[in-house]
Amino acid sequence: MTPRGHRISVEVNGHLHEGEVPARLTLVDWLRDELHLSGTHVGCEHGICGACSVLFDGEAVRSCLMFAVQADGHRVTTVEGLSGEDGRPGELQDAFCETHALQCGYCTPGMLIAAHALLRENPHPTEAEIREAIGGNLCRCTGYQQIVEAIEHAAAKLVERGAR
Amino acid sequence: MKAAAFEYARASSIEEACALLRERGDGARLIAGGQSLAPMMAMRLARPTWLVDINDVPDLQYIRVEGERLRAGACTRQRALERDARAIRLVPLLSQALQWVGHIQTRNRGTAGGSLAHADPSAELPLVACVLDAEVSVRSTRGRRALRAGDLFTGPMTTTLAADELIEEIAWPIWREDHVGSAFTEVSIRHGDFALVAAAAQVALDGEARCLRASFGVGGADATPVAFPELAQTLAGARLEDSIISTIAERAAAALDPGEDLHASAHYRRHLAKVLAERSLLEARDRAIARRAGQIRQ
Repeated sequence: MTPRGHRISVEVNGHLHEGEVPARLTLVDWLRDELHLSGTHVGCEHGICGACSVLFDGEAVRSCLMFAVQADGHRVTTVEGLSGEDGRPGELQDAFCETHALQCGYCTPGMLIAAHALLRENPHPTEAEIREAIGGNLCRCTGYQQIVEAIEHAAAKLVERGAR
Repeated sequence: MKAAAFEYARASSIEEACALLRERGDGARLIAGGQSLAPMMAMRLARPTWLVDINDVPDLQYIRVEGERLRAGACTRQRALERDARAIRLVPLLSQALQWVGHIQTRNRGTAGGSLAHADPSAELPLVACVLDAEVSVRSTRGRRALRAGDLFTGPMTTTLAADELIEEIAWPIWREDHVGSAFTEVSIRHGDFALVAAAAQVALDGEARCLRASFGVGGADATPVAFPELAQTLAGARLEDSIISTIAERAAAALDPGEDLHASAHYRRHLAKVLAERSLLEARDRAIARRAGQIRQ
């Protein structure tokens, strides 16, 4: 049996992308290998580490637990889609740099997606809420403390900017 | 860690999903949220020849209150159920349990029906379904049938569903007594991991703090989640003193047949079953009393 390829059409970071994929191709492999959006990282490939998190129809999900064919007709935002129009880092990404919230950087795209989803719904998260929001993302370098600080810092900056 | 090759079909209606399951035969599997099936496929523990995708079937995603039950379509996202105001008010045990299910990113995709169909003996939603005696509606090309949650699970990852059947709806009873409390608790290696053991309880008290009815159960300590309706029945009419609850929890734990693995011995699981059943009953009782005293308004 040679499985069929499937035509898909997916809005990724605001642009429509089309392709033909075998059913077994995961969404993260399609994003990285076909669209060359290598910001989304592949960690464990079985839904444990959170490095591959993307926004799917606006909700943070693991892109290693979805097949690309399932994204047909849907909307995906990757970490590349979090930066500004000019490609410069946004407030949240700046905050990660300012507080040294990354060392090796492998978990960072997933952390940014998780944090972005949190701040969109809850502009004033408590530390506990931040820890809950990134609870599904593993980091082996930082001990999480600076990541939590980065998200607190970004929240404060975003609120300040909104108030101005 | 890549899934073996398979064929894929996306269903746009319940009828189409049932027809596809029927046509594609025993090698076909439904995929809902895929938060358990996709990792199992990646690890080659599951090798379906066909995946029938029900994520885009609108008739499987709803939450409504009807006939003294809270009803959810099988493909309702766990996160939606966790945050639904009616669910929180009418069946609070659900959102209490859902906070223990994986992480936000997996609950955004994982579904209520998928968790039941997957039938992990330590999973939270199957336990809640058993404790509350939820009704599960099942569809196939042969028609519709309803079964009680307790009759769905037969063993680890094993249900009484036929290969061509699809869970359509889960309906949890609403307890309408004035003073109802519920609680869910579990022990896992890390928060969000599979529970070693989990326990859920719900109690209703009268105006004098006597038990009108109670229900409780334990997951992860036997081949399926186990509810204890006969033991819970003995609490009716009693004041729920700590000692009564402790005795009941002890008897429940003694009736279980826990397995053992790398993470926990059978002895430790039985110990957890007792402690957690006790804790969930105590907490459910205290919440019911607080409602009685008007401390919690919902």
